[in-house]
Amino acid sequence: MEYFDLGHISLAIGFILILVGFWGLLTQKNIIKIIVAFTILDTGINVLIVSLGYVVGKTAPIIDSSVDQLANHNVVNSIVDPVPQALVLTAIVIGFGVTALMLAFAMKLFGAKKTLEINKFNDLKW
Amino acid sequence: MLRNILIAIVLAFFAYMFYNVYSTYDTKTELTGIAQHFAQEGATEVGAANLVTAIVVTYRGFDTLGEVTILFLTASIIAFFLKLKDEEQETEIVHRDTTELLVTAAQVLIPMMFMFGIYVFINGHLTPGGGFQGGAIIATGVALMIMANPNIQINQHVIHWVESISGVSFVVVGILGLVLAGGFLDNKIFGLGEFGTLFSAGAIPIIYSFVGLKVGAEISNILNKYQKSQKEL
Amino acid sequence: MNREIVFIGLAIILGIVSIALSLIAIHNKKLSVAVLAAGVVSLFASVLYLLMAAPDVAMTEAAIGSGLSTLIFFYVLNKIKKSDA
Repeated sequence: MEYFDLGHISLAIGFILILVGFWGLLTQKNIIKIIVAFTILDTGINVLIVSLGYVVGKTAPIIDSSVDQLANHNVVNSIVDPVPQALVLTAIVIGFGVTALMLAFAMKLFGAKKTLEINKFNDLKW
Repeated sequence: MLRNILIAIVLAFFAYMFYNVYSTYDTKTELTGIAQHFAQEGATEVGAANLVTAIVVTYRGFDTLGEVTILFLTASIIAFFLKLKDEEQETEIVHRDTTELLVTAAQVLIPMMFMFGIYVFINGHLTPGGGFQGGAIIATGVALMIMANPNIQINQHVIHWVESISGVSFVVVGILGLVLAGGFLDNKIFGLGEFGTLFSAGAIPIIYSFVGLKVGAEISNILNKYQKSQKEL
Repeated sequence: MNREIVFIGLAIILGIVSIALSLIAIHNKKLSVAVLAAGVVSLFASVLYLLMAAPDVAMTEAAIGSGLSTLIFFYVLNKIKKSDA
């Protein structure tokens, strides 16, 4: 049963959330629903990146007394990978900024045409 | 009908690629690569107890500068899009009265939220936390202020000055690192201090405080613009 | 060994509930239900980050993804409802 450890389970959760987000992005007609699908896709990608940095049985990358007692003042054998966590920290904040920008656009689009269906906005189609 | 078949083909293709990665994945049992170097030398080179903070501010500090730039760009585009015309700024929002429970609780909770946010980004190098988390907590405090009194006039000049001065100071500290020490955003310009106390890790608390104030001011600006845009019809 | 089994069980439960909620978020007709379901998916992802030994990321996701993002969605929904009627 080597597929039942925390790394594999979170990897599967991340992949399935990405697929659900893609499906919502491609099939929905309401603009607000499309933005909700973007949020789910973003959350899935972040779960995927953090789960790639998990090392079995180790603890958080903060050096205090508990890590010292774990392995004889040897930090390399006691912490999980800290690099994906630093990348995801930036990615979450940028995802929030992009969501806020998309919602401002949605408000302006609704003010111009009084409808939220994306099929009605065909001013740029030829 | 053709559209549904094409969507199904795209999703099946992605599912097939994901299954390939999933089936050949082994969970790691030890650190490899550059994470090994960060774990071994991080505490002595940088002096911060929180390794994620050391990576975000010092080892990959340039990415933090880019992310602060993206947030600034987003906030200015939203402020441009949701601008009100001049004659609509004096009208008040017609709404239901806020309950006494919310107003009283807000008076107690808002100073504690601001203090907690400042605590989180000052102690970013010792405990889990840092600039982005502290800035988000400060912005949540401002959101509570807006919800307790929807006609509040938040002083725009204070927010603009805090944001601009934090951004400029962040770049100035980075350039000081270039002039006085190893490279851009190096943290050895002040002494490294004793490991694990508040005044350690050189310039990391200063850099993270500026980042936290800037992020908090920007998100408060975004929330204020969304609140003000409820007025027009 | 006991701690590992508890963590794996918790991760499985969190995974099943968050995938079910994300399907509800896409499929439901009402907009407010969809926005709230996306907020709860973000909250469960924050607990999952804590199980994977990443406290910084958990704090950031809870504050920004689950708190501020849902708030901004509700501002937009309020404006749309007001202009409709």
